[in-house]
Amino acid sequence: MTTSVTSLGRNGLHDWLLQRVTAVLLAVYFIFMAGWLVCNGGADYLTWKAFMGSACMQIANTLVFFSIAIHAWAGLWIVTTDYITRMQFGDSATRVRLLIQLVIAGLTLVYALWGLLMIWGGA
Amino acid sequence: MKVSIYRYNPETDKEPYMKEYELDTAGKNLMVLDVLNLLKEQDPTLGYRRSCREGVCGSDGMNMNGKNGLACVTALSEVAPGVFEGRKPLILRPLPGLPVVRDLVVDMTMFYNQYEKVQPYLQNNTPAPAIERLQSPEEREKIDGLYECILCACCSTSCPSFWWNPEKFLGPAALLQSYRFLADSRDTETDARLAKLDDPFSLFRCRGIMNCVSVCPKGLNPTRAIGHIRDMLLERGV
Ligand code: SF4
Ligand code: SF4
Ligand code: FES
Repeated sequence: MTTSVTSLGRNGLHDWLLQRVTAVLLAVYFIFMAGWLVCNGGADYLTWKAFMGSACMQIANTLVFFSIAIHAWAGLWIVTTDYITRMQFGDSATRVRLLIQLVIAGLTLVYALWGLLMIWGGA
Repeated sequence: MKVSIYRYNPETDKEPYMKEYELDTAGKNLMVLDVLNLLKEQDPTLGYRRSCREGVCGSDGMNMNGKNGLACVTALSEVAPGVFEGRKPLILRPLPGLPVVRDLVVDMTMFYNQYEKVQPYLQNNTPAPAIERLQSPEEREKIDGLYECILCACCSTSCPSFWWNPEKFLGPAALLQSYRFLADSRDTETDARLAKLDDPFSLFRCRGIMNCVSVCPKGLNPTRAIGHIRDMLLERGV
């Protein structure tokens, strides 16, 4: 059994489920948004602002931001553990991988917080 | 016809190289193993494994024009279009991803280590009956498509996830065997077995690429077995 401290969930099943659930959420959101844009082709800034400012959309956007963050982290964590291994980087593999994972985690965190600020900051 | 074979003898060669051979097959649609046997008469230094020459022992798994398979049951016409007709060379390499011992012979230790991890034997903690543990025909049917595996390693060595993490990801062959015992009505260690597969690597590194399915010389489907195990984990975990 191989455990990992940097993976997102408690175990492989948890990671796998999170990845699928967030993927479904994102798909539903983007299909809905595409539909909205098609139906409201000529929408101006004010319509857009009112639409995005509604409580429903604020909640949906929050969910989507978290989904993207979770999905990206789960996916990139897999990419780093596939390709940044001893085979390519020898003894420094763990250090290189940890460093890259930290950068990805940092960016993801900034991204999520920034998103929250945009949605709820009232700007 | 032209044959190009990966050659490497760690005692004399600095690095591996491809050696070209010329062979007259008299227009016969030989098996790749027959071709190797004929070439070995030309060049006795050529190294490869084989035993049963009929797809039963699993010794002569190799990479033929980019695809893994058993040399003894792969006819020249099945290797790739143009090979039998002599328009293209036959290209033989060892199974990818495992250390080369010599020429087409690979060191299977990593593959067997993963096999060992799934405890590929029946475990039952109830008292042994006087004669035998019975199975109904339906229960027996569940292990069809699983027990036939000959451990040739064609599947695991064609799986990118196994290439990248051969020590952490069990690989399709070991996972197929794992499911063979999870699906066996006589085995009582289902839960302990599942608990060992729950981490992010052992099973979940399978990305459903299905290379394993396309190369298995026995026509088995490791991806489906992996899917069944995942369903069992899901049922146990939520
Ligand atoms: S389906 Fe899974 S086990 Fe089979 S080749 Fe793909 S990743 Fe490997
Ligand atoms: S599943 Fe098929 S390819 Fe894989 S080891 Fe068994 S027989 Fe060989
Ligand atoms: S020689 Fe036994 S499987 Fe090919």
